[in-house]
Amino acid sequence: MSSTETQRTIDDAGNEAGGDYKYGFVTDVEMDIAPKGLNEDIVRFISAKKNEPEWLLDYRLKSYRAWLKAEDPEWARVEYDEIDFQDLHYYAAPKSKEDGPKSLDEIDPDILATYEKLGIPIKEQEVLAGIANSPNVAVDAVFDSVSVATTYKAKLEEIGVIFCSFSEAVIEHPELVRKYLGSVVPAGDNFYATLNAAVFSDGTFVYIPKGVRCPMELSTYFRINTANTGQFERTLIIADEGSYVSYLEGCTAPMRDENQLHAAVVELVALDDAEIKYSTVQNWYPGDKDGVGGIYNFVTKRGACRGKNSKISWTQVETGSAVTWKYPSCILQGDGSVGEFYSVAITNNYQQADTGTKMIHIGKNTTSKIISKGISAGFAQNTYRGIVRVQPGAENARNFTQCDSLLMGDQCGAHTVPYIEVKNPTATVEHEATTSKISEDQMFYCLQRGLDPEEAISMIVNGFCKEVMQQLPMEFAVEAQKLLGISLEGSVG
Amino acid sequence: MLEIKNIHANVGDKPILKGINLSVNGGEVHAIMGPNGAGKSTLANVLAGRAGYDVTEGSVAYRGNDLLVMEPDERARDGVFLGFQYPVELPGVNGMTFLRMAANAVRSHRGEEPLDGMDFLKLMKEKIAELGMDDALLKRAVNVGFSGGEKKRNEIVQMAIMDPHLMVLDETDSGLDIDALKLVSSGINLMRGPDKAIVMVTHYQRLLDYVKPDFVHVLVDGQIVDTGGAELALKLEHEGYAAYGVNEAA
Repeated sequence: MSSTETQRTIDDAGNEAGGDYKYGFVTDVEMDIAPKGLNEDIVRFISAKKNEPEWLLDYRLKSYRAWLKAEDPEWARVEYDEIDFQDLHYYAAPKSKEDGPKSLDEIDPDILATYEKLGIPIKEQEVLAGIANSPNVAVDAVFDSVSVATTYKAKLEEIGVIFCSFSEAVIEHPELVRKYLGSVVPAGDNFYATLNAAVFSDGTFVYIPKGVRCPMELSTYFRINTANTGQFERTLIIADEGSYVSYLEGCTAPMRDENQLHAAVVELVALDDAEIKYSTVQNWYPGDKDGVGGIYNFVTKRGACRGKNSKISWTQVETGSAVTWKYPSCILQGDGSVGEFYSVAITNNYQQADTGTKMIHIGKNTTSKIISKGISAGFAQNTYRGIVRVQPGAENARNFTQCDSLLMGDQCGAHTVPYIEVKNPTATVEHEATTSKISEDQMFYCLQRGLDPEEAISMIVNGFCKEVMQQLPMEFAVEAQKLLGISLEGSVG
Repeated sequence: MLEIKNIHANVGDKPILKGINLSVNGGEVHAIMGPNGAGKSTLANVLAGRAGYDVTEGSVAYRGNDLLVMEPDERARDGVFLGFQYPVELPGVNGMTFLRMAANAVRSHRGEEPLDGMDFLKLMKEKIAELGMDDALLKRAVNVGFSGGEKKRNEIVQMAIMDPHLMVLDETDSGLDIDALKLVSSGINLMRGPDKAIVMVTHYQRLLDYVKPDFVHVLVDGQIVDTGGAELALKLEHEGYAAYGVNEAA
């Protein structure tokens, strides 16, 4: 690339560094915030705020005590300043929620405006009034520690689908929550999952009854707003026998110089012949171009294919966060069950991502597929870390893994750490890995066809990620494609 | 259309072009011939603005503007098309999408509305039919797994859709069998017109049987050493470049 062109791109990058994260605003709304710090009283405070039953408070307290003895894991290839857990707020809720809004009309207009600004349809009529290709999506909107709105609940209830905030599910469907909570990710699973089990705030609960194919995309939109607040989302999705659901989550946060913690736990359960498709577009604030600020995204996501011929498919597009530590996994218990993991992880500037999956084959004839695309630019570090484990009883298990890395510039890193543990001789496990760079030839070819440098990069990267992007629900694919381009702005040079 | 004055250019530290002068008017077809290493491809790349080809002296005017200050993508949108000797593979990038982006980049530069999917499809089908080709290649990733001939055909489709003013074709005939050569040549001939100019860089005369040039220039060691009509190409075919002090066997 010519020096003037490089300069032009660098200038763009300079302009963009402050302004490329278009979700960086803060909403000014009166909040109900727990005092800083973590102790049993705070755990009780959160539980009381949500009018939780005794068993759930016990679950939290046990988890809290286990967490005190747990240690922050160090095996991931990420570096970050030690988190002062006593310097965080563990609960922050918009005040109006106190009175329990009965309809969207009662929600603080500033919060409604926030979601409007983010392009999230939380007014049902807006979706309905939309033109031909208006998305067919029901949304649960989580603002800091609480769910502020859930759309299409009534319509979904008619066919028996439960789609509500986690807090509401605890009150309305305690038997389901109690049966499945912690059944996939045990309370003592790991440091951050244990912390989450103690202080989880809100998230989404989904139950799809037997034989029902959920007629719309379900989605949750997570927004961190308040400073110095950790967000501890808890999501539980249960697909009963023969059912199907596609679920998508999106995330954004204001631009701040301080790092903020997001430690979520997501549990999926698929019974006989059920299928769950879980997609994530993660766009937490990544920090500025010098690596100041940004979200620590320490997330435990796991699905159990408990029934025969069940299927869980994870698709993630990870573009945000300063540090990402995340391994959406599948436990393939049911015979003939299928696990899939499709991932795009983009790191630019000083972002760090250590992400991958675990495919645990337990049942017979179980299959898993892993497609991971890692893109590093700037000074970023991007690691794929995964385990494929075939247990002794998993006759004829099959896995195919493909990990491709794309490097932009010579200051970033791409790492692939695949573990394969096979304890059954009938298993077939394949692993392919490539590392490549966007070649100058490819760039020039695109420029010569009239594309500007940013368009060219975005197109080449989208091509590189195509296998993953085409897994996303249509309604979100276009947005996600744009996001890939935006995340890499300023990385040409 | 194109006015090249005393261009000197380096690739890395090595001087390749050593004072090229060339004037191309609308409606004309020029062939640049010469032995390997004479600087033919360098000239093509300099015109397209490729990084790593540094112009150290001279000027290039394109439709009255200074071409050398324009970015490569600006040149492309302004109607300078380079047909690549080795078209580049873009894995995962759909041919149709790529072509539409290229078409719309040019359109927005010309102040025209971008084409939506349907309108683009219509235009594409028209052009493909004119060229006597089909759209099978456009349904695949750009150039991925294409044969040499398929890649060159794809270049011609891109050229037809982008509708450039100045077409610089770098060894477009290389790697083509006779049927593909005819197809590609007729595609080039379709582009001829009073406000269009074509500069073909080629090693062999055979392309010129199908696309008749108005001028043939002989490029040796970074300079144009001879200029003539189409008959000059035939003469070179028989006699080689020995007359210009080149020993091609070496």
